[in-house]
Amino acid sequence: MRSAAAQTTICWFIRAMTYLIVFVIASIIIKILWNGVSVINWEFLTTMPRRGGSEGGILPAIIGTLSLALGTIIVALPLGMATAIYLSEYAKAGRFTRTVRLAIVTLAGVPSIVFGLFGLGLFVIFLRFGASIIAGCFTLACMILPIIIVSSEEALRAVPKSLREGSLALGATKWQTIYKNVLPYSISGMLTGSILGIGRAAGETAPILLTVAAFYLPRLPKSIFDQVMALPYHLYVLTTQHPDIEKVRPLQYGTALVLLVLVLGVNLVAIILRIHIRKKYKW
Amino acid sequence: MKAIWKEKAIKLMLFATASTSILIVIGIFVFVGKEAGHFAVEPGLKELLGSRWIPVSFQKESFGLLPLITGSLLVTALATALTIPFGVGAAVYIAELARPTEREILKPFIEILAGIPSVVIGFFGLVVLVPLIKSVFNLSTGLTALAGAVLLALMAIPTVVSISEDAIRSVPASYKAASLALGASKMQTIWKVTVPAALPGIVAAVMLGIGRVIGETMAVMMVTGNAAVITASPFDSVRTMTATIAAEMGEVAFGSIHYRALFCVGIVLLLATFGLNIIAQKFLKKYRMG
Repeated sequence: MRSAAAQTTICWFIRAMTYLIVFVIASIIIKILWNGVSVINWEFLTTMPRRGGSEGGILPAIIGTLSLALGTIIVALPLGMATAIYLSEYAKAGRFTRTVRLAIVTLAGVPSIVFGLFGLGLFVIFLRFGASIIAGCFTLACMILPIIIVSSEEALRAVPKSLREGSLALGATKWQTIYKNVLPYSISGMLTGSILGIGRAAGETAPILLTVAAFYLPRLPKSIFDQVMALPYHLYVLTTQHPDIEKVRPLQYGTALVLLVLVLGVNLVAIILRIHIRKKYKW
Repeated sequence: MKAIWKEKAIKLMLFATASTSILIVIGIFVFVGKEAGHFAVEPGLKELLGSRWIPVSFQKESFGLLPLITGSLLVTALATALTIPFGVGAAVYIAELARPTEREILKPFIEILAGIPSVVIGFFGLVVLVPLIKSVFNLSTGLTALAGAVLLALMAIPTVVSISEDAIRSVPASYKAASLALGASKMQTIWKVTVPAALPGIVAAVMLGIGRVIGETMAVMMVTGNAAVITASPFDSVRTMTATIAAEMGEVAFGSIHYRALFCVGIVLLLATFGLNIIAQKFLKKYRMG
């Protein structure tokens, strides 16, 4: 490691490793974009699949994924935000707070398929929801709860203490202070984290496999107690379970591209929002 | 007076919602453990120690977890062996060697990878990696433990890069200045001072990455071939614990022994990731204090 030549070699070596990762990411995106773009047209996006998914569009899978993402956020957002407000504004150091934090860390590490087992045991069977949108939404909500809590708490803690003290000194109660002088400055930060959570929920397959996803169901759901198709599961079915995998290759690329655009688009919105917030609030 | 009641009610409500996280964790252990408990009573836990997983058979079913556990271990070990050099290497490069603009682009770009759904990565693996492995190593099929490991490494790398880079960057500048002042070269400073100082954070990053790898389901199920055999060769087809649950849960009868055996697999997975997580948190705490 003494000689200058050796140093440069090592430097080039880890630079090559880094750019190899970049290359692989780029090739995943380009490969799917390249092959998928020609498949996507108005018909593909807005019609029902036909003949077991060998022909036709992916409308029910798109609607299914969108309704799952929406339902999940309706369940997870209030829970996650309220927990974050409690942890950042009310919680005192003690056994309860420590236990809540341990629970959040544990939840973040539970494998998605185990969430599927839990959702199957609790929502599908014990609460008798059956395999349904609502069972899937509750399961996914449990899974993304830690993401929402952690990012919301971060957003709340970024608001300077002086804003709280000023409000309290003027005689406002604690909740008035939080509601009028803390939340308005942290709400967009809290939403950023939640958007990342939506992206995660929309792309997950394993939990919905056991709680909601239908193999092939060419109609739209009528209520939250119906089964639906979903993009990730549909892609899985087309690539591994379909009788003629090579023939439906274009449909696989199309489905993968729609899913990728949806998830990365959601993430992009979150990133842009974050940059915007950083510019707007500089404490 | 009314205002005080309102304040108290709000505080109580927030307290209650904060407890839901604890309830969910308890719920997971209870509902996954319940079915596993039934299994422990009826065929007994001894059944799980066997070396053959034959859940559907005309003669005698057998629910030995050994091939599934070794399958998961093999894929995880290979993936870890790939993740550590690439993840830590990229983190060192981004934190210490890249130009500022390069860093601003590289880190978010690698983090994009974390956002790509696992089923899309699995699909990419199926159409690109599996044929590649088949032709390069001249195998009869590319659906191997190696293919799964490469995809898993890809999925763990963003976690490892992101957390390790934070850890490396939070090493005080004075350490580096002191090392450089003593005449050490830039590379010597990085490998002998900066990286060792950031080690607890890097270890935590790797642990969290491994946690993600063990729990990953879809990508692995799509490319490892799913043969429940005990093997140590990266070129064999293996079946992991996660893939077993996902693939078989759709076909089992509710309440059957097979159904309960799958919940036992779930409990093993849950305990493994729980343990890894606790260790990772210990290391994270250490580096945040230091």
